[in-house]
Amino acid sequence: MNSDQPDAQTLNLHCPSPIEADCIQLGHGGGGQLSSQLFNEVIAPRFANAELNRGHDSALLNLAGADVAFTTDSYVVNPLIFPGGSIGKLAVFGTVNDLLMAGARPQYISCSLIIEEGLAISTLGMILDDMADAAREAGVEIVTGDTKVVERGHGDGLFINTAGIGVREWPGVIAPQSIQPGDCLILSADIGRHGLAILAQRQGLQFDAPLQSDCASLLPAVTALFDAGLEVHCLRDATRGGLASVLVELAETSGCRFDVRESAIPVSPVVTGACELLGFDPLHIANEGCFVAAVAPEHAEQALVLLRQQAVSGSCALIGRVSEAGDGKVYLETPLGSRRVLRRMTGRLLPRIC
Amino acid sequence: MCLAIPGKIEAILDEGELTRTAEVSFAGIRKAVNIAFVPEAGVGDFVVVHVGVAISRLDPAQARQIFKDLDIEVGQ
Amino acid sequence: MKYLREYRDRQLVEVLLEKISATLTRPWVLMEVCGGQTHSIVKHGLDQLLPASLQLVHGPGCPVCVTAQETVDQAIAIAGRDDVIFCSYGDMLRVPGSHQSLEGAKANGADVRVVYSPTDALLVAQENPQRLVVFFAVGFETTAPASALALAQARQSGVQNFRVLVSHFLVPPAISAIVEGAENSVQGFLAPGHVCAVTGMEACQELAARYRVPIVVTGFEPADILLGILHCVEQLERGDAAAENQYRRVAGDDGNTVARKWVNEVFEIAGQNWRGIGTLANSGLRLKSEYEAFDAAPLAAPPVLDADQRDCISGEILRGIKKPPQCPHFGTRCRPEHPLGAPMVSSEGACAAYFSYQ
Repeated sequence: MNSDQPDAQTLNLHCPSPIEADCIQLGHGGGGQLSSQLFNEVIAPRFANAELNRGHDSALLNLAGADVAFTTDSYVVNPLIFPGGSIGKLAVFGTVNDLLMAGARPQYISCSLIIEEGLAISTLGMILDDMADAAREAGVEIVTGDTKVVERGHGDGLFINTAGIGVREWPGVIAPQSIQPGDCLILSADIGRHGLAILAQRQGLQFDAPLQSDCASLLPAVTALFDAGLEVHCLRDATRGGLASVLVELAETSGCRFDVRESAIPVSPVVTGACELLGFDPLHIANEGCFVAAVAPEHAEQALVLLRQQAVSGSCALIGRVSEAGDGKVYLETPLGSRRVLRRMTGRLLPRIC
Repeated sequence: MCLAIPGKIEAILDEGELTRTAEVSFAGIRKAVNIAFVPEAGVGDFVVVHVGVAISRLDPAQARQIFKDLDIEVGQ
Repeated sequence: MKYLREYRDRQLVEVLLEKISATLTRPWVLMEVCGGQTHSIVKHGLDQLLPASLQLVHGPGCPVCVTAQETVDQAIAIAGRDDVIFCSYGDMLRVPGSHQSLEGAKANGADVRVVYSPTDALLVAQENPQRLVVFFAVGFETTAPASALALAQARQSGVQNFRVLVSHFLVPPAISAIVEGAENSVQGFLAPGHVCAVTGMEACQELAARYRVPIVVTGFEPADILLGILHCVEQLERGDAAAENQYRRVAGDDGNTVARKWVNEVFEIAGQNWRGIGTLANSGLRLKSEYEAFDAAPLAAPPVLDADQRDCISGEILRGIKKPPQCPHFGTRCRPEHPLGAPMVSSEGACAAYFSYQ
């Protein structure tokens, strides 16, 4: 027994027993540790199956001989329209991107609307126009859907759920399980723009150059990598919970150790400044147009060249490597040369005063 | 405690004793900040802001001192 | 960002580290008082970069950590009232009271809102005249001026529906309690730079003289912290014990007289209950009688604290006697997502800092 461990008698005990939440809190939807726990402890055990346990953005299925990917996401953003996009654009690109992350070419999308009584039809029209535009851009069709209306006060104006299906054109199983020691970790774009664009709108922050969400289709970037025949082992886009959640999840699921250099992670000066001001960590902020790729080391340089040629991944960077040793953790080397373990944020993003 | 960030006063928006307010920019982000506690600060000065209130005017000469003392060029 | 990023420069940090190593001839134990300094140290891994013979212990300068559990319970009880909009800084939302946190109360239907500034809460009051708007005024001397500002503005404007639940703490009595504690091993202090920007050097000078310990006013960026450490160690090596200001670009020796004037208009010094430490005389603020009408405390009585539910060793953590990994619950029963005590909740609480970064 470690002599450093005090026994219970000698401790000055002052605090209450742990509070086990018996009801859902906003933090459970934050994309951080609480979200992960909710899924692992409450949801997954009840639906237990191998594909669900794979823990990737899409399910990789074989349907009547065809390799397909199938995914779904719900969109609950407030405000509905923000600099750089709308809930409609998010709803299409978010699902398109999840299919791409599984190495599938997205083909068909479903669209379920839960509309709050009182929403202006013109607003709904604008959002649906955004969805149609996004679908055209991504080469998908919205082929089925549903509409429900709830009473005023029971929904944030509009909730959208989209599900998507696509054919897995690209070879291999593009999933965390395919990550290998030696793989290079590439980040496709600078982080933090979506979450801050939303927050800025809500908080009335003003910017010299208005901060836009990075909401975008990742199709050109992902296609560029696969069309060149590069060996890509895993892709995952950074959404709620930020880059931290993605890296931690990939490391945990793959069981590999990641070594990441903090100074290599691209963050725009505006995002950095806003985070300093509000007390946020850029690694925890939501994104909607960037992804992490685990690429075979001999293809990393070429991957960066190809990604830089696409508008959506012009600021890509090599941010780290998958190490030989494996403990499922992410080690971040600070700009000062020290090292710390990267963890998910706990619940939801809360600004600090301290 | 005390997350307090330096920002530059770009304009004075209100001159009331308790409501003296400035538009302060923090690396391209602009926010209205109460400057009632730094009456000596004006446009062009940097102030240190905590929970929306300026608590001090930054002294540029003192800011350079550490670099002078250690004979290092100021980083970006 | 100007006047911020330069103090994270690697070359500057390395020069300071070399100087610290060159100065040290024996082990020393220093305490950084402020939670913001703890956060910075752990985030930048400064403790890894410093010589092993220099030990940093983390102090109680985290208002989230030291706010009494009864106060959190009282806040939750007030927030639960139908006629109340409860406004709080984000940090306080996840601190556990006896049964739940403010975040939990919100999930159960209380109108709890995060604000960045006390004046934002006052704005909510002005926009919602038919509800009582209560602001949770938590903080040390850095934050008290902002609370005073909102209250003075409320009084001048004749706002009737604004209330404040006060949980303000003063640093010097905490330093006294630490030095006078039976198990104290701290030989020098890094004083909180932004507190001193408001209060000035007087209290530091008085403490240094009374206890014969070096106290160095220190900032928050890596170079600032190393500079504070360097000067503290230099004093210890020389056998000096003085108050020194190494954060002059922000903290003048006299502090902010205008801010203090308004704090004294609105508040007076009183005893305060520190979570994990106990009651310290003259260590907190309460509303002066002219501002009593703004006191939120009468809005709800706090539930009685269940004396048996105590597992968090925050008291020893906050006094620097133990490090978080020495707590048997660290990382198991007590983690950020289900914290036992405040040091695990606050992003700068010692336990959360250790958990997040190590």
